[in-house]
Amino acid sequence: MRIFFTGVGGQGTLLATRLVGEAGLEQGLPVGMSEIHGMAQRGGVVESSVVMGEVSSPTIPDGEADILMAFEPLEAARALPKCNGKTLAVTSTVPIVPFTVATGQSAYPSLESLFEAVEKRVARFVKVDAVELSKKAGSDRAGNIVMVGVLAGLGWLPIDRPNWEQALRKILPAKILDENLKAFHLGYEAGAAAK
Amino acid sequence: MHELLTPGSDKPHLLLGNEAIVRGALEGNIRFVAAYPGTPSSEIIDRFSRLGDEAGVYVEYSVNEKVSMETACAAAISGVRSMCSMKHVGLNVAADAFMTLAYVGVKAGMVIVVADDPSLHSSQNEQDSRFFARMGMVPMLEPSTPQEAKDMTLAALEISEKYKIPCMLRTTTRVNHCRGAVSMGDLPTESPRGTFEKDPFNMVVIPLVGRKLRLVQLEKMEKLQEEAERSPLNRVEGQGRWGIITSGTSYPYVQDAIGELNLRDQVKVLKLGFTFPYPEALMADFLKGVEKVLVVEELEPVLEDTTRRIAQEKNISVEIAGKGKDLIPRAFELDGAKVKKALHHYLGVPYEQRALFAAPELPMRPPNLCAGCPHRATYYSIRKIFGDEAIYPSDIGCYTLGVLPPLKMGDFLICMGSGASTAGGFSKVLDRPVVSFIGDSTFFHSGITGLVNAVSHDHRFLMVILDNGTTAMTGHQPHPSVELTPAGKVTPRVNLESVVRGCGVKRVFTVNPLQVKKTQEVLQDLKESMKEPGVSVLIAKSPCPLFENRMLPKKSKVVFQVDPSSCDLCKSCLTELGCPAFVWEESASGETCIRINEALCNGCAVCSQICKSIKPKKIG
Repeated sequence: MRIFFTGVGGQGTLLATRLVGEAGLEQGLPVGMSEIHGMAQRGGVVESSVVMGEVSSPTIPDGEADILMAFEPLEAARALPKCNGKTLAVTSTVPIVPFTVATGQSAYPSLESLFEAVEKRVARFVKVDAVELSKKAGSDRAGNIVMVGVLAGLGWLPIDRPNWEQALRKILPAKILDENLKAFHLGYEAGAAAK
Repeated sequence: MHELLTPGSDKPHLLLGNEAIVRGALEGNIRFVAAYPGTPSSEIIDRFSRLGDEAGVYVEYSVNEKVSMETACAAAISGVRSMCSMKHVGLNVAADAFMTLAYVGVKAGMVIVVADDPSLHSSQNEQDSRFFARMGMVPMLEPSTPQEAKDMTLAALEISEKYKIPCMLRTTTRVNHCRGAVSMGDLPTESPRGTFEKDPFNMVVIPLVGRKLRLVQLEKMEKLQEEAERSPLNRVEGQGRWGIITSGTSYPYVQDAIGELNLRDQVKVLKLGFTFPYPEALMADFLKGVEKVLVVEELEPVLEDTTRRIAQEKNISVEIAGKGKDLIPRAFELDGAKVKKALHHYLGVPYEQRALFAAPELPMRPPNLCAGCPHRATYYSIRKIFGDEAIYPSDIGCYTLGVLPPLKMGDFLICMGSGASTAGGFSKVLDRPVVSFIGDSTFFHSGITGLVNAVSHDHRFLMVILDNGTTAMTGHQPHPSVELTPAGKVTPRVNLESVVRGCGVKRVFTVNPLQVKKTQEVLQDLKESMKEPGVSVLIAKSPCPLFENRMLPKKSKVVFQVDPSSCDLCKSCLTELGCPAFVWEESASGETCIRINEALCNGCAVCSQICKSIKPKKIG
């Protein structure tokens, strides 16, 4: 199982990636992960991946992502080459306007056009307002955890719910754990409802 | 307790390759670590920095890679196991030490971690450091996974100590920045004391000594080659009439490709971990047992050329391929699909690559200087005073991003410190003003020599030191003039301005670039004074806001807003300053406006100094 993550620097995609990997490890699955640090994190696109099961390489070639987790709609469309006709794609619906758009060098495409581009290609497309669910959980920064919850709730990964929660407890600092568990649960419900 | 100091147990931990290297170093009783940060190697020294006191390891952020290697080798010469780590281009800086340290050797184990960055994720070139192992005749190990990164750190120490020579651990981004399950072995408790036995005729490399050591080193190479021949790090896997020779990051791609193409009964793999000296007998045996062989490696055809040489020397008739059209590409990282495609073409096995989806035309999202970054303010003011006429040699750090529109500040860059030295060269042959940029950490790394050179030769340019008080790009590591520490504000060990004056620079000014008018006045004066020969230095000093927010208690926050009633939509805030907190928006009714995203605004106030329509607003 190959899961490709994409988002914008500052969204916490790497933390989400780590959580998915840790949950897999808790489940006893062979896990590999790949991240890119450095220059890209200054407001650029951040890509990472988790692979589970009988896969050796933690990076994902074009066309070979089983699951796409996009933390931003534009980045969902940009990651389309990673997908194939059997891919499950999950995207947050809240845009983060790139700087090139803010300065008028280019225009942000309509959300409908971005969603359509992905939806017509992949097997399953799930849209989540991760920002709203994060706020509902009492945090304005837990959108990444909401997304992890949605992935867990969709049930494509063979990981039991307690192992997801154990991963959260292991990785997150105690003082933000409660709101993040809440964010996870809200995401989980949204994922389960979209099954 | 730091996770990497967990006592040995069977429970695997999900570690970054770099963390696995740290754990391996700890299990191997390394007690001295020195490094200059550089992606993708930085987490090694960063993790050590966090756990050094607890673990009883001396850890230092050295000013550059050469210094780190020299410092660490002194420990190893004195019987204390040591490590230095660097990115690939860091080894260029350390090359002078590297080449002769291999002659002199070490007493305790010394591991030199060199992290290559194929695909240039965060680097200026894609050089292949494996050549350095061969050039310096230094043994080299190449892990494929985080677990191997840990195991090979331990193996490197053993090899180093047994043969009294430093051992290179060569990684690539996909080993450094991959996470995988890593088992935790036991941690040693005994810490050795350093001892030094004088032996100048083996350790002071005058020609007489160098000649002798050169022969000793060649002997060591022969013994090391025997070691490589029987090393468990080199192994043959599977069986079949075809062969693949591979190492490092390429190995998992080969594994996936063989599995997915159902070639398990047809292809055997020579997986090399101890890659220099080459295990030539092992490679020859492997070649004898196959009809044709594909060498799968990223970057340069290092193993491929060696394979060809071995086949020629041993008179083995076998078809050998590696780099080439439809085979293994030379540029950029490999992946499973590229290897599958190469196997399909070389072995004629069926593989249908999926038709790939094309992404629609989308706006780019390049990395950018953060909101509130003082570098933006510095660039803005310099452009106002020096315009397009000046040549702007730049250097390596966050501020390199100033090259992107709308700031467009940066005309030439090759390596760390080049901003300082190239500026002098430009000034001698061009009849245009030259303004060079260098960061504070880069200045200490390799800018001082360029500045001294410029002063001594009367080069005519303005060096702007973008002093944000930290090594920001690689994750806010300290440097000699750092003032903000977890313990609060401290007096810097080395005063940057004193260093500049000590280099002989007469015209030195320090400004806070967030004060736009004052900065531009100083720049205007400097521009006038540049009619005279000589170097001027402007230190643009203001802390990196990300770093400051992490180190100091949060200040009451002010954000800025655009007053729509007076904004005439001239857009100069967007086209000249280009702060990412600004948004150009069209309302539902089709009216355009400029807005500041309060969540991103850092309250630096630079925009409010260039536009009367931008006003502060207190929050929180």
